[in-house]
Amino acid sequence: MTATPTSLTTGPAPETVARVARGRGRRRARRRAVVVVLVVLVVAVFAASLMVGRTFYPPGDVLRVVLGEDVPGASFTVGRLRLPRAVLALLVGLCFGLAGVTFQTMLRNPLASPDIIGISAGSSAAAAVAIVTFGLSGAAVSFLAIVVGLGVALLIYVLAYRDGVAGTRLILIGIGIAAMLESVIAYVLSRAAAWDLQEATRWLTGSLNSAGWDDVVPTLLALVVLGPLLLTRVGDLDMLQLGDDAASALGVRVERTRVVVIVAAVGLVAFATAATGPIAFVAFLAGPIAARIVGPGASLLVPSALVGALLVLVADLAGQNLFDHRYPVGVVTGVLGAPYLVYLIVRTNRAGGSL
Amino acid sequence: MTADHTLTVADLSLGYGDRTVIESLDLVLPPGRVTAIVGANACGKSTLLRSMSRLLRPRTGQVLLDGEQVHRLPAKELARALGLLPQAPTAPEGITVSDLVGRGRNPHQRLLSRWSAEDDAAVAAALEATDTVELADRPVDELSGGQRQRVWIAMALAQQTDVLLLDEPTTYLDVSHQVEVLDLLTDLNRTRGTTIVMVLHDLNLAARYADHLVALAGGRLHAVGDPHAVLTEDTVRAVFGLDCSVIIDPVSGRPLMLPIGRHHVAAPVDVS
Repeated sequence: MTATPTSLTTGPAPETVARVARGRGRRRARRRAVVVVLVVLVVAVFAASLMVGRTFYPPGDVLRVVLGEDVPGASFTVGRLRLPRAVLALLVGLCFGLAGVTFQTMLRNPLASPDIIGISAGSSAAAAVAIVTFGLSGAAVSFLAIVVGLGVALLIYVLAYRDGVAGTRLILIGIGIAAMLESVIAYVLSRAAAWDLQEATRWLTGSLNSAGWDDVVPTLLALVVLGPLLLTRVGDLDMLQLGDDAASALGVRVERTRVVVIVAAVGLVAFATAATGPIAFVAFLAGPIAARIVGPGASLLVPSALVGALLVLVADLAGQNLFDHRYPVGVVTGVLGAPYLVYLIVRTNRAGGSL
Repeated sequence: MTADHTLTVADLSLGYGDRTVIESLDLVLPPGRVTAIVGANACGKSTLLRSMSRLLRPRTGQVLLDGEQVHRLPAKELARALGLLPQAPTAPEGITVSDLVGRGRNPHQRLLSRWSAEDDAAVAAALEATDTVELADRPVDELSGGQRQRVWIAMALAQQTDVLLLDEPTTYLDVSHQVEVLDLLTDLNRTRGTTIVMVLHDLNLAARYADHLVALAGGRLHAVGDPHAVLTEDTVRAVFGLDCSVIIDPVSGRPLMLPIGRHHVAAPVDVS
């Protein structure tokens, strides 16, 4: 450090500017390519889940059914059974993926996803009680799921609050609350007269069986309203990764952003859970998988939503067709997600850091 | 970039929970100068800095930037005038140096026109100023402590604010990197007229690099002004509870504090 750096007086060298622009352009190109590939994959698996099943229907038949034509056989199987199921899988996958990565980014911890810290369990318990115990349906169930989901989020936040919210404390409290809520679900299911296995798997691990258009509509509305709201906060979420102090210094209103983002993400989880139950580990897995393929430093909201959709679609397709028994989607995603959870805990312990 | 912003603190009280950290503090930070805030541990140095950048709401009193309350200014507008490098920011896993420095451009961006050539130029200038151009495409996780600190400073530089607050920018750095960072901040002050306000642990480095010293004790202002007037044996005793001898540093001509403990004191020193 003998002389004053020239860039402070004369501006940066053109080579440096070009280098910065080149690096950024390269990373942006990769991000775009990943999004395009994910969209193609989602479309492909979506189409496959309309065609494949006990009876195979060629793309032509499927397309005609989707366009509203009457095709003997296919109209019922594809139009009434497979199409709402695949659309619902797509929508809840987007919801879980988006909500999961939002929480993980905001709290700077992959374990902070709504299905680990009890928010999904809260919505699920509310929906199970509403449907199984009180015989409610439709909007009332969604409403209860979102109110209880928000209530659980608020409860965790308040319990974890001590001069600001530390991620680890919030996660540990959330795991405890999740366990309590899961026992509520188990209790409701074991006591209810309307007890049956379908309902049980739906509220415990998530299932797309019995998916219909009346499940699709509220989920779609939630996604159309809350998805864009979250996407307008992408920049603020990126800044929050640097810590609350740094984010605030960079012009982010930290508390306001946090409230908007939590409400939107909990809303997405609650509506999706009211439709299909808490499909195990999708919210938890989508973000880290997206981070792996997109590369560091990029916003993960859109890629993670797409990965979430892909996970649900693939898991349901596999659960329905790969084995001699049909498994609900949540069982398949659970088998994928549990080892990752173990890996994450082992890795953080080995690094000696907190969670 | 040459407009002078004056940061003023008027009758400010700050605290967490029911603990009061700063009590009725009045302070003017001279524009275009380097100010260092010193004091014992837990005397409220960092708390004061946090409230200046709107991170902490005052209990009573105000923080004013050119006469306007910082808590009333739009967040991004404030962030274009006033930057803060906190003590322990976290880098997202795997992020490259250039992307991290680019985050400093956030207050200059709008929702739609997200990134411009001007942003590239600001990032490039910040990388050059901190001598981190060669690191541009490397992940921040892989850097040494000194390199990482330079990268964080680069991010604050990319923000291009007229006032820059830094909370202990030299912690965890070895002595050569400490001097390097403080030299860089001095360059910034001299060439761009940036007002620098930093919390420093090391009294001697503070006295050497600051034009203006602020000594806090127990949440109150103890002494303020030119380093020669502030760094005295009396101040050190009152603020740190430490006996010392202050001489003139032959290298810089600034005051230099030599602590007097119970051991290794060669000749009796008059500390009355």
